[in-house]
Amino acid sequence: MRNVYGWLLLTPAAILLIGFTHYPAVATLYDSFFSTGTVVRPSRFVGLANYAALADDPIFWQVLRNNLYFAAATIPTSIAIAMLMAIWVNDRLPARALVRMSYFTPTILPMVAVANLWLFFYTPQIGLIDKFGALFGAASHNWLGDPSTVLACLAVMTVWKEAGFFMIFYLAALQSLPPEIEEAAKIEGASRWYFFRRVTFPLLMPTTLFVLVNATINSFKLVDHLFILTKGGPDNASNLLLYYIYQVAFSFFETSYASTLTVVLLAMLAAMAIVQFLLIEKRVHYR
Amino acid sequence: MRKVLAAFAAALIGFAQAAWADTEITFYYPIAVGGPLTKVIDGYAAEFEKANPGVKVKPIYAGNYDDARIKALAALKAGQPAQISVLFSIDIYELLEQDVIMAWDDVATTAEDKAWLKSFYPALMMNGTYKGKAYGIPFQRSTIVMYWNKDAFKEAGLDPEKAPANWNEMTQMAGKLVKKDASGNVQRWGVMVPSTGYAYWMFQAFARQNGQDLMNRDGNKTNYDHPDVIAALQYWRDLGAKHKVMPEGTVEWGTLRQAFTEGKTAIMWHTTGNLTAVKGTAKFPFGVAMLPASKQRGSPTGGGNFYLFKKTTPEERKAALAFVKFMTAPERAADWSMATGYVGISPASYDTPKLKAYAAEFPPAVVARDQFQYATPELSTFQTGRVRKLLDDAIQASLTGQKQPADALKGAQAEAEKLLKPYR
Repeated sequence: MRNVYGWLLLTPAAILLIGFTHYPAVATLYDSFFSTGTVVRPSRFVGLANYAALADDPIFWQVLRNNLYFAAATIPTSIAIAMLMAIWVNDRLPARALVRMSYFTPTILPMVAVANLWLFFYTPQIGLIDKFGALFGAASHNWLGDPSTVLACLAVMTVWKEAGFFMIFYLAALQSLPPEIEEAAKIEGASRWYFFRRVTFPLLMPTTLFVLVNATINSFKLVDHLFILTKGGPDNASNLLLYYIYQVAFSFFETSYASTLTVVLLAMLAAMAIVQFLLIEKRVHYR
Repeated sequence: MRKVLAAFAAALIGFAQAAWADTEITFYYPIAVGGPLTKVIDGYAAEFEKANPGVKVKPIYAGNYDDARIKALAALKAGQPAQISVLFSIDIYELLEQDVIMAWDDVATTAEDKAWLKSFYPALMMNGTYKGKAYGIPFQRSTIVMYWNKDAFKEAGLDPEKAPANWNEMTQMAGKLVKKDASGNVQRWGVMVPSTGYAYWMFQAFARQNGQDLMNRDGNKTNYDHPDVIAALQYWRDLGAKHKVMPEGTVEWGTLRQAFTEGKTAIMWHTTGNLTAVKGTAKFPFGVAMLPASKQRGSPTGGGNFYLFKKTTPEERKAALAFVKFMTAPERAADWSMATGYVGISPASYDTPKLKAYAAEFPPAVVARDQFQYATPELSTFQTGRVRKLLDDAIQASLTGQKQPADALKGAQAEAEKLLKPYR
């Protein structure tokens, strides 16, 4: 009887979870073994054919490479900047609330609004960056139209958008650190850098793990800006995995192939989360 | 007894009228340009309902073209009512493959209806026609035109009233229009053609001007690797790489209008849909002309058509036909064209007094019409999303100098062949 009561309490949440998370994930996996059906040509079982097509798809490998560059460029930078900002605004400084707020502002803006803003930063000649560069006689550069700079431009914008969000977590963690430690370190004569390296940084590790997981997921999940800024161009130079899935599903109407790509994305994210939690978790806590 | 019968008959008639009154037309439509256009559409629907008691029209705004297609198809799949929709003109093959649309010829059977089907510009019917039958009725349609800055022309010593008429003139004039500062940095470019988002559309203009269409009329073969098509892409690339009159790399579609109105480029190619916005923001006199010619003039059409869905009752089809006829009537087409910058869809719409008066006061409004004789349908094939992206990627790879135009286009053609073979 007690069990029934417990199950009843769980039911609403379970229905939502199953309906909107587990069932779609399983259905996606199932669909990836079938061909895309049209009214004229119904869907049929094709086994691993979609996965073979994926291995042969040069665009898939390119977007995967792009995504890894993008992750490598955004994750460490946004974490480092978030930590620095948090330590800075944790100190007593004039207009602290204002500084904190201005660091946090990019976070509350929707990504699409941010992208529209940065579109005009990056626009050649009339954009903010080129206008600023022109003051020093720099030549105009086609930031988003050049395959060698476009991905870096997206990374810079993403760091700007995300660092403030991660800063909040670090700020909360810093404020929960007991002040005695800092006083003790001061008495022992530890330098600021030494104190950060040996005390603050290790104590922040659980927060860093949390932020790392979030940053990793975001680097694969956040593609709103591509709709505004580049649409994945030029020639897929800025295309990311999730945006490619969108193109395959809703522009090419190849729902099965989109499912296949989704399965790969899910598997990658799951693997990364497991690695992060199992391996790093062991060394996260300060002993 | 007779009274009872009469009452019964009256009740029957009333019932029949009630059934007619129940005819409801639901239609999805996208909006791809600025302005409070949902209000305009709602206004048209209300007007139609007033003129046709017994038919209810329910317009549903559905986002951009992609969203509208997804929503309309999802509604049909879920059994929600949708009798007609405005969808991208180039979605026709996808909709045919899904087997959800039917030809307007099959419902427009009276002599008057047939005349109506013939009342539009033939250039606008090309994207909506498959195997001789009309599946798409033009509604919000656009085309590419050339905008030029008359002040910049004057400054460069050119005749401000004369736009370049062919590629050679455009290259030469653009060369004179480039303005550099003391340290050699470009202050103003000669010409810009956007190459993000709708690169294939712009390229169709180049290819057509060089005498080629990019696909056949059955939508199952592309023509990407024809020598004249390759030459067309080479010319586009040369504008930036060789003649240095356009920035190298890709030119962003979304910010090009500002670049033009801020005087950063003297000439731009852009959709007629921007006409009203440029008119509102440019602080200098500007002209609008047909795109220049190589072997001939040419520009693709674009935009949205009315489609009729198969899953409809005969009454609904009749009401839908009446509604679409109402929406495309010359008076309304003229009104819609002035509100949006979309082209008038029939010669008759340009003969209405209000559009005539508008054109007299603002001549650029009719350039698109005059260009129709050189128009070509927008790129649309079976598997259209993929086939189009192959071309987009090839164009961008060439413009950014990663591939030679010939290699890029031959590669795209080979891939497109693989996709389209099953449809022949």
